[in-house]
Amino acid sequence: MLELKDICYHVSAADGEADILKHIDMEIPDHKLIVFTGPNGGGKTTLAKIIMGLVKPTAGRIFWNGQDITALGITERARLGISYGFQQPPRFKGITVHDLLVLAAGQDKLSKEQCCQYLTRVGLCANDYMDREVDVSLSGGEVKRIEIATILARHSDLMIFDEPEAGIDLWSFARLTETFEQIHRRKESTMIIISHQERIIQLADEIIVVAGGQIAHRGSTEEIFPLILADTLGTCPVLTKEEQRS
Amino acid sequence: MITEIDAALLEKIADLTGKPEGAFNIRKDSGCEARQSTEHIEITPKTDKPGIDIRIKAGTKGEACHIPVIISKTGLREMVYNDFYVGDDCDVEIVAGCGIHNSGCDESRHDGVHTFYIGKNSHVHYSEKHYGEDGDGADGKNVMNPQTIVYLGENSSMQMDTVQIRGIDSTKRFTKFVCEKRAEAVLTERLLTHGAQSATSEVEIELNGEDSKARVISRSVAQGTSSQVFYPRMVGNARCFGHTQCDSIIMDHANIRSIPEISANSTDAQLIHEAAIGKIAGDQLLKLQTLGLTEEEAEDTILKGFLA
Repeated sequence: MLELKDICYHVSAADGEADILKHIDMEIPDHKLIVFTGPNGGGKTTLAKIIMGLVKPTAGRIFWNGQDITALGITERARLGISYGFQQPPRFKGITVHDLLVLAAGQDKLSKEQCCQYLTRVGLCANDYMDREVDVSLSGGEVKRIEIATILARHSDLMIFDEPEAGIDLWSFARLTETFEQIHRRKESTMIIISHQERIIQLADEIIVVAGGQIAHRGSTEEIFPLILADTLGTCPVLTKEEQRS
Repeated sequence: MITEIDAALLEKIADLTGKPEGAFNIRKDSGCEARQSTEHIEITPKTDKPGIDIRIKAGTKGEACHIPVIISKTGLREMVYNDFYVGDDCDVEIVAGCGIHNSGCDESRHDGVHTFYIGKNSHVHYSEKHYGEDGDGADGKNVMNPQTIVYLGENSSMQMDTVQIRGIDSTKRFTKFVCEKRAEAVLTERLLTHGAQSATSEVEIELNGEDSKARVISRSVAQGTSSQVFYPRMVGNARCFGHTQCDSIIMDHANIRSIPEISANSTDAQLIHEAAIGKIAGDQLLKLQTLGLTEEEAEDTILKGFLA
């Protein structure tokens, strides 16, 4: 179980101060699929990064399976079974897709079959990609799918994905949602997915709407989805005008 | 006599364990340790100056020739001239390289000039690894200044791979290719300097023949207070294609200068150069840490991949 207690993230810059996250409390039981959604700049990615240790909170505690991990670094958290798929994954000159999967799996060797399995689950053919370098020769969508494959290879207990759908074509996206659904059904891992995609939102046990640095709503898809639609409609001047006319 | 230290050096620079197969010449502390010619590859010592002549008969295919140099005497300095005459229609591999084990406080230095005269329709894969180490408590400098000059005949190609990872305090490398019609030169260079080391690599490629091609891929890492200078020059004198790519990772307080030059003397010459210097990106380190690597392991993995 993941617990966040009174998490705050405050930044001071030359042009002023800002509270990016304000007193967030949250419990996520094992094997749940939770979607973080909400407007851009609302604090979703910062919250996810705080769980992985990529950002240090200015106040609050984080517990993972009862252990206080607030002071632990990224590496220690990764070794405790937390993984993170970046929204914009970095590229590496000279490091192949196979190398990256081996590193992710934490093994000296990884059979072609295993690599093939991870890549297929994100809609890539192992024969075409295994020996390719994860450099600028790959498209954004390809790098993104390789990134997700590395998370699958880790078999970690908590998988965090930051907008996994970004830059991925419709066909690969369908394959990816199947993969998320499968992990969830088999209770392989707890998943936190930052997403705005209806298809992913529909898979969730719970949706957490993060806005203005706070949890604006939390509940089941049935409860929250209509609220999101109402909110998004409410902020769109064109749609609201049309509604008034009709 | 090959000692344990020599054997370790030979393995590092030429992947040699035990007696090599095929033609070879092992030079140790300015003397000939072992030499073997084959039916197709003849190695003979020069009579006018230090060095050897390697003559590869026309039509030789699938054979390899190893010519490693090892220096284990501190303070030894040598200048060696090796000439390679490769006949037409060959496909051969040549493995050179120099390893220095400096157990004293004097400078050990190997300067070598390798000249290749390659006939028509031949392919040569040439690799050169440089490695140096100091014995316990020793602080003598290890210096290597290799020159490689290659004349590529019509429709011939050479893939030249050079590797110098750590251990060489000072190096000045000069590599020159002269390409005739449809000849192709591919040079890959891997270099890591640390401490107060310095390395200069000068490359000159003349694309003289119609449809000749050249590609230079240089990757380097400079750590500590080391300094590196790259000066790849490409000249297009006919319808040709040339591409130079120099990528460097700079760390600590190192200094890197990269000065590529392309010049065309024909309207049909197509030449490109790319040069980049930068530090290891922070997001690369973070990504590998999320895979369970420590920051040091992540850095090491990025450097190994970059120099692979």
